[in-house]
Amino acid sequence: MNAEVVPSLAHAPAAVRAERGSARLALLVLAGIGLLVLALVAGVGLGNVALDPGTTVALLAHRLLGWPVAPTWAPTSETIVLELRLPRVLTAMAVGAALSLAGTTFQGLLRNPLADPYVLGTASGAALGAAIAVLLPVRLFVLGLGVIHGLAFIGALGAVALVYRLSRASSLGSLTGLLLTGYAVGSLLAAGLALTLYLSGAHLRQIVFYLLGGFGTVSWPHLVAALPLIALGGAVLLLRARSLNALLLGEEAAAHLGIDVTRERALLLATAALLTAAAVAVSGLIGFVGLVVPHVTRLLVGPNARLVLPLGALYGGAFLAFADLVARIPGELPVGIITAVVGAPFFLALIRRARAGYEL
Amino acid sequence: MSGSAAELRGVEVRLDGRAVLRGVDLAIGPGERVALVGPNGAGKTTLLRCLVGSLRPAAGGILLDEVPLDELSRESVARRIAVVPQAVALPFAMRVADVVALGRIPHEHPFLGPGPADRAAVAAAIERVGLGELAGRDARALSMGERQLVLIAMAVAQSTRMLVLDEPTVHLDLRHQVEVMDLLRDLNERDGATIVAVLHDLALAAHFFPRIVVLDAGRIVADGPPSEALGPERIQTVFGVDPALVGR
Repeated sequence: MNAEVVPSLAHAPAAVRAERGSARLALLVLAGIGLLVLALVAGVGLGNVALDPGTTVALLAHRLLGWPVAPTWAPTSETIVLELRLPRVLTAMAVGAALSLAGTTFQGLLRNPLADPYVLGTASGAALGAAIAVLLPVRLFVLGLGVIHGLAFIGALGAVALVYRLSRASSLGSLTGLLLTGYAVGSLLAAGLALTLYLSGAHLRQIVFYLLGGFGTVSWPHLVAALPLIALGGAVLLLRARSLNALLLGEEAAAHLGIDVTRERALLLATAALLTAAAVAVSGLIGFVGLVVPHVTRLLVGPNARLVLPLGALYGGAFLAFADLVARIPGELPVGIITAVVGAPFFLALIRRARAGYEL
Repeated sequence: MSGSAAELRGVEVRLDGRAVLRGVDLAIGPGERVALVGPNGAGKTTLLRCLVGSLRPAAGGILLDEVPLDELSRESVARRIAVVPQAVALPFAMRVADVVALGRIPHEHPFLGPGPADRAAVAAAIERVGLGELAGRDARALSMGERQLVLIAMAVAQSTRMLVLDEPTVHLDLRHQVEVMDLLRDLNERDGATIVAVLHDLALAAHFFPRIVVLDAGRIVADGPPSEALGPERIQTVFGVDPALVGR
């Protein structure tokens, strides 16, 4: 009898630990989905014309899922919800997810906890593109998307492409080379931006407002343009999670695990740049989400990219939707102010906890 | 004897115009335990890097299980040889068990990730190396000796028939050096793993390895059991030190 009991006892701790781990993970996923739903209902229901949560849910269920309920709401409420608030909330979620995915990737790829989506010149590139667009005499709009969105997108992608090309010629170790090249190119583009701002005269306010970031002018076309890119980028990253995991050990060790480091690095970099560019083009420069959300997620589940990427996307989406809600209550503050004001103290608290022996 | 597990044939390597390896021939049989020794700059690490495919020689060829290395995919090489890095700086806090699990990357499903067989291999590797107590700890908070064991466990989880190590004892105190050497010997004798290690400490190499390959200036100058390969004269000529200092 002993012979049967002993092995089962010996295996108990690992099995119990694994079970507890997956229960915890399920809870974290549910929490993410719950926050997302809460952000949706609150974001769509609250505002100058407020709807109670029951009506909001009924309206959304009726219009989006074809739920057979008799409308108890005014037609104007329906217009406000469907034409103004819903695209805005969904875009904030998509951008939050994109920034979190890009931040996770840049931090892992560069093996640098301080990296964020803007680290390789995307921010300056997008800003310069947007500023030039404002100064151009062309006022071309295609489905609500203007030159400003197009040039911001191109500026962000172009900056990373330039950084990557220049860094390949550097003799420094590839990661240091990439970071320093990113810094140099970013500075150069920032100088270009400063010059453009200086020359912008009456347009200064418009440029600065765009750079501060926000979802005040967002409508369905913005979401329709950005979402496919964000979905594509997210899918690519999830499929390459293995490479991102291997790179935790460094490039040489990743190669010894069978990873084609040069190819994977280029692919991950391009995808993260695409996500950042899509996010920046529709919403301007929103800080802190791409830096903090990946760290918070890692503190919860460890650095496994298979978990951090999707969970971080959930949390990033919910966080930015809530931040946008807070930003529009006092009357359209730039959302980047909210993400920083909420994010920074939260992050500081986490760091303090980590120092006190925070266990993963 | 059946075919070699790994073989270098006439391998030449030049780095920045300097010849680092000059016509190295070396055959390592399955289940052997081989130490590579030699002074700094002799080409030991370069030889290892050629063997595992991270450096392509200017001339000569490398065979793994009698298949030319060039014909094997990266993944296939990673399923044959596990490389234990000297040290790894993790950018984020990471549990020991999660570090060991990275060893399954060449085996796990590229998109779906690790399956039950991978998890079992990780658990077995942790058990084999004796890290059970540490499995839930942050790998960055361990001592150097414990970290080395984690990296070896990762290589064991990789389930290859050959383990390659570059100075696995370099930052360790004597007790941990011996612990690592004992583990390598055990992995070799009990599990049949072929082991190739670059070592600086000649006494350690002579005590724990039945076959010693001595490199000097890019050439193999001795290859055999410690008594043959590490005689007093050789130590004098290759390393330029009094053999008594090696303490044999």
